[in-house]
Amino acid sequence: MKKSLFWNVLFYVFVVFIVLQAVFPFYYAVITSFKSGTDLFNISYWPRSFTLGNYTQVLFGGNGTFINNLWNSVWISTLTVVVALFIGTTAAYALARIKFRGRGLMLMTILAVSMFPQIAVLAGLFETVNKLGINGTGWSLVFAYTIFTLPFTVWVLTTFMRELPIEMEEAAIVDGASPWVIVTKIFLPLMWPALVTTGLLAFIAAWNEYLFALTFTAGNPNARTVPVGIALLSGSDSHEIPWGLIMAASVIVTLPLIGLVLIFQRKIIAGLTAGSVKG
Amino acid sequence: MSIPVVIPIVTPVVTPIKNELVSGRVRSAWLFLTPMILTLLVVAAWPLARSFWFSMSDASLLHFREASFNYFQNFYHTLKMDSGATTTTGVLVDEDWWNSVWNTFRFGIVSVTLETTLGMAVALVLNANFRGRGLVRAAILVPWAIPTVVSAKIWGWMLNDQLGIVNDMLLRLHLITEKIAWVADDSYSMLAIVAVDTWKTVPFMALLILAGLQQIPGDVYEAAEVDGVHPLLVFWKITLPLVRPALMVAVIFRMLDALRIFDLIYILTPNSAKTKTMAVLSHENMIDNDRLGYGSAQSTILFLILLITVFIYIRLAKVDFEGGTQ
Repeated sequence: MKKSLFWNVLFYVFVVFIVLQAVFPFYYAVITSFKSGTDLFNISYWPRSFTLGNYTQVLFGGNGTFINNLWNSVWISTLTVVVALFIGTTAAYALARIKFRGRGLMLMTILAVSMFPQIAVLAGLFETVNKLGINGTGWSLVFAYTIFTLPFTVWVLTTFMRELPIEMEEAAIVDGASPWVIVTKIFLPLMWPALVTTGLLAFIAAWNEYLFALTFTAGNPNARTVPVGIALLSGSDSHEIPWGLIMAASVIVTLPLIGLVLIFQRKIIAGLTAGSVKG
Repeated sequence: MSIPVVIPIVTPVVTPIKNELVSGRVRSAWLFLTPMILTLLVVAAWPLARSFWFSMSDASLLHFREASFNYFQNFYHTLKMDSGATTTTGVLVDEDWWNSVWNTFRFGIVSVTLETTLGMAVALVLNANFRGRGLVRAAILVPWAIPTVVSAKIWGWMLNDQLGIVNDMLLRLHLITEKIAWVADDSYSMLAIVAVDTWKTVPFMALLILAGLQQIPGDVYEAAEVDGVHPLLVFWKITLPLVRPALMVAVIFRMLDALRIFDLIYILTPNSAKTKTMAVLSHENMIDNDRLGYGSAQSTILFLILLITVFIYIRLAKVDFEGGTQ
């Protein structure tokens, strides 16, 4: 069907609009982050000034608070992901490859847990991390984040594993390989792209988490993660919101994520949509 | 994310050896699942159960160890005064609570409807073959990748009444005549929240719907084209019914997400009564007001509301949670 010029133009106008609205806020954060002082009060659509003052102040001012926040976010998110992948891989193999009674129920439960409203477990988690003596430390967040990274990891890995060809596994079974050998020797080498994708998505989820981080680090500023740090960022003057600093911090935190997302674009899309359309 | 179908990997053949093999595999399946089950019991089931318990107690943040059971007093409680008059307290007669329930559903229904419609539009664009498609797909991932806290801050800056670029744009386009305090003004705060949430979530919706669209075989469209069916009719009669399962699953996931929204509102419009949702109010009671029991009662009701919503939705929309065919 030949489309008229009019529809073609309209289509591309829409395409351009989609792209602009998607990237403009981040672009605007970047150009704001390069402004300082009264420059902030002049609204501009193009980069006009270029000072790194906000960046140096965020990174090296305030006794290194922000660097500390960054470090917390890095180790907490990484450890959470490692734990989830470690526990999740064998579970996913069992769920994807072995038929047993209660499998459907188990998957349903895992899905339900990943959908838990975090607020509904907040009080109980608060008590649990207190009893474990880890309240106010990064460990409480590793503990709390497992509630959403683990079910998510198991869910996505199960979907991935189900799609691997069964011939090799059958051959291994015939050769008398135990399930443990099958997982470690046959599946793991095939699984690494899926592990990277799942790990990345879980990492982003942990990196961005706010409610638990806000609640469990309330008593200890040293344990704060980046989202909490940015939310609480204040300048020297308490009456004025330090927009320049906030934007610089936002860019620092977001740039690595955008980089990762663009590099692993295809894998991330596959991971996000895993299981949503395929039986 | 449909519930997976039971695909028989090992076809049980009725021979003793095979059965032994199968039962061995089932044993190791449970062994493989044990670490996950134990972890989920500790990090999810136990805290959830304790939260339920707290909702029936007078726990406070500082003294949660000494909390005592008070049945359903946090939910509904009639108190007889010395004067003989009675007052009722509890979440179920709390105006703030019902306001937050209304806010949550208003937000959920409006934002999910918008996100689904726009997500469908973007997905249809991405499903078309055109130059620069990869670029568009990469671009729409940007809002998704930005942490919610960060996007709340960026939009807070852009929606600022005096210095914000949004007011500037709208003034230049003559769409408004004076600057609007999007975030601070109660009559606009919900609009601001819906707009930012939509901006952030349309990419996710679009990608889920796109995955559904790509499952539709191309020859269906070719046949329609040969028959000269109007494109709108093609969309209505072919695309929509075929993409419906993926769409329905995407919608329920978004709805669940929307009904528990916290971060965006807590950061962008913390002081607006018009945007206070169930999760925000519950958190406020638990942490800021030091009423852990009362706040837990609210979070428990939120949990139940989510359960009921999912249940009703699955019934009404006839979501095929068995994953369709196979």
